[in-house]
Amino acid sequence: MRRPPLRGPAIQMTEIADLSLVRVTKRFGAHAAVAAVEFDVARGAFFSILGPSGCGKTTLMRMIAGFETPDEGDIAIRGASMRGVPANRRPVNMVFQNLALFPTMTVGENVAYGLACRGVARGEQEARVRAILSRVGLGEFVDRRVTQLSGGQRQRVAIARCLVLEPTLLLLDEPLGALDLKLREHMKIELKRLQADFRTTFVYITHDQSEALVMSDQVAVMNRGRFEQVGSPRALYRDPASAFVAGFVGDTNRWDAEFAAADRVRLPGGALVAGRRFGTASAGPATCFVRPESVALAADAAALAGLDNRYAGEVVSVLFDGANSTLLVRALDGGFELRATLPQTGALAGVEKGARVQFGWAADAARIYAA
Amino acid sequence: MMRARGLAFWLLLLPPVLWLGLLVIVPHVEIAVLSFSERVGPRLYEFGFANYLEFLKEPLYWRTYARTAIMSVLVTAITLVVAFPVAFYIAKAAQGATKAVLFLLCLLPFWASELVRTLGWMILLRETGLVSALLQATGLAAGPVELLYNDGAVILGLVYGGLLFMVVPLVNALDSLDFSLVEAGFDLGGSRIDVLRRIVVPHAMPGIVAGSIVVFMLTVGNFVTPALLGGKNGLWFTEQIYAQFITRFNWPQGAAFGLLLLVLSSAIVWIGLRLTGQGFGETMRRG
Repeated sequence: MRRPPLRGPAIQMTEIADLSLVRVTKRFGAHAAVAAVEFDVARGAFFSILGPSGCGKTTLMRMIAGFETPDEGDIAIRGASMRGVPANRRPVNMVFQNLALFPTMTVGENVAYGLACRGVARGEQEARVRAILSRVGLGEFVDRRVTQLSGGQRQRVAIARCLVLEPTLLLLDEPLGALDLKLREHMKIELKRLQADFRTTFVYITHDQSEALVMSDQVAVMNRGRFEQVGSPRALYRDPASAFVAGFVGDTNRWDAEFAAADRVRLPGGALVAGRRFGTASAGPATCFVRPESVALAADAAALAGLDNRYAGEVVSVLFDGANSTLLVRALDGGFELRATLPQTGALAGVEKGARVQFGWAADAARIYAA
Repeated sequence: MMRARGLAFWLLLLPPVLWLGLLVIVPHVEIAVLSFSERVGPRLYEFGFANYLEFLKEPLYWRTYARTAIMSVLVTAITLVVAFPVAFYIAKAAQGATKAVLFLLCLLPFWASELVRTLGWMILLRETGLVSALLQATGLAAGPVELLYNDGAVILGLVYGGLLFMVVPLVNALDSLDFSLVEAGFDLGGSRIDVLRRIVVPHAMPGIVAGSIVVFMLTVGNFVTPALLGGKNGLWFTEQIYAQFITRFNWPQGAAFGLLLLVLSSAIVWIGLRLTGQGFGETMRRG
């Protein structure tokens, strides 16, 4: 008879979360920077908190790290409450926005700092520093000064300096913000690889939706101190729970409109748009979103016959960007403009400004939220 | 073109050369020459080491010399320990106007002359002074207490006089300390001691060295404070120099003492730089 597996999926469901927040609130004066935020991060997950600047995500992260104290609620790491536990006693390490590498120390000394503070013997310190540096590909940089490294290398030192301590949780505070675009794209993949490699739980905060979508298992969208939605990147993109999420995650067309029926809105120019309604209100002001890639373009109307929303339009401009090229199109009698993805392989690939085109989208692709 | 630039260069060089030459090099050469002349008869001098031998033979001289060196190092260390938290607060904790006011408060005592400031301490510390009266009023002392004319009073006065010169370079050095480094220090598991020792102090090192050099030099060469607060127990080496030049009218002996004091302070600064692994040039640039 086969014995049941010790670590089946059923057991993992009941496993204690690496990080759980219960109604955490932080006020600065009358303003609540973080308002009753609740979430759990499963072991080994890459969890991102995505929000515009000033949404409270930095305050939230500083509370998890122990630099700020919540006014209400509790933060628990692997089931242990962090109330009253100072930053230097938490099983949490943080990669700072500016990395905060110690400029008076070498790369090796930076990485050894935490071990030295814990009283790890010198020989073991050295072995562990070398091991972690070679794992992040900086083996031969032990004796370099941190000022002699490139941006990407400094990044890896900052991460190695934390991971050498084998924390339960690694916090990353917009660490890619200071890098140029090319390096940022590279580091996204690198970070994801490191996370998979070390199996450490990452909590990553950013205002860059692409960073959050590319790297994360779970993303929380934060706005004005609250979580708007928590879900997988795909879920956030496909089923945004609120107008804010729909507008913030991914590229989209957005119009302020007025309900004409329960699942139909009238744009300011008079055009009617059929869509999917979220929320209970079905009268008064509404906001309508359509993603550029949901918009079908065609030279003649017959090709779009199956779509609920169909318009004749004129190309206002061609925004060429390789595979990300879009058209800015104005509806001839609806009086609205929108951006539509322009496939570079289709019949319209060579379209010019001023050309007449037909465009449309399915009712399912338009989202309507009561404003 | 080259000639014109050459002329401008020499003109610019003139003031520092005159300054160094007339005010530093010439007097010191004079003193050095003077210190190696011994009196063989009325108004008759010849080359010799008698003044230096006299220094070694007379215990009062070399003991005062050693005492001045040790006390000055002690005063510098105490000044550093007292000034560091003050400077850290001004540089990192105080904001905006508070910062300026605190800085001004450090500066304020220096608007009065050193003599007046020292006399102020005498008013506080003498037998019939404020502190003594306070101790009696609170019943902590039965009779009048004399707090002047001991080493403690001398050290107190010298630390007070050196404080500003330590605070200013320290504030400068600590100002550039990014606070996220301190937070990172805690985040990675460091205690307050770890963060201070491994992050804050190394960052402030140029300021510490610059401040210590200035305070040490001022202390070694101080005259008024040890003389007034220490009285006849002051025993500062500058008093010996004063005595030779002014009281005894023995200029060659005084010159030898002066040169010895210069050697002493240079040697201790050099040792200090070696011990902390700092370069003099780097310290002056950054501090």
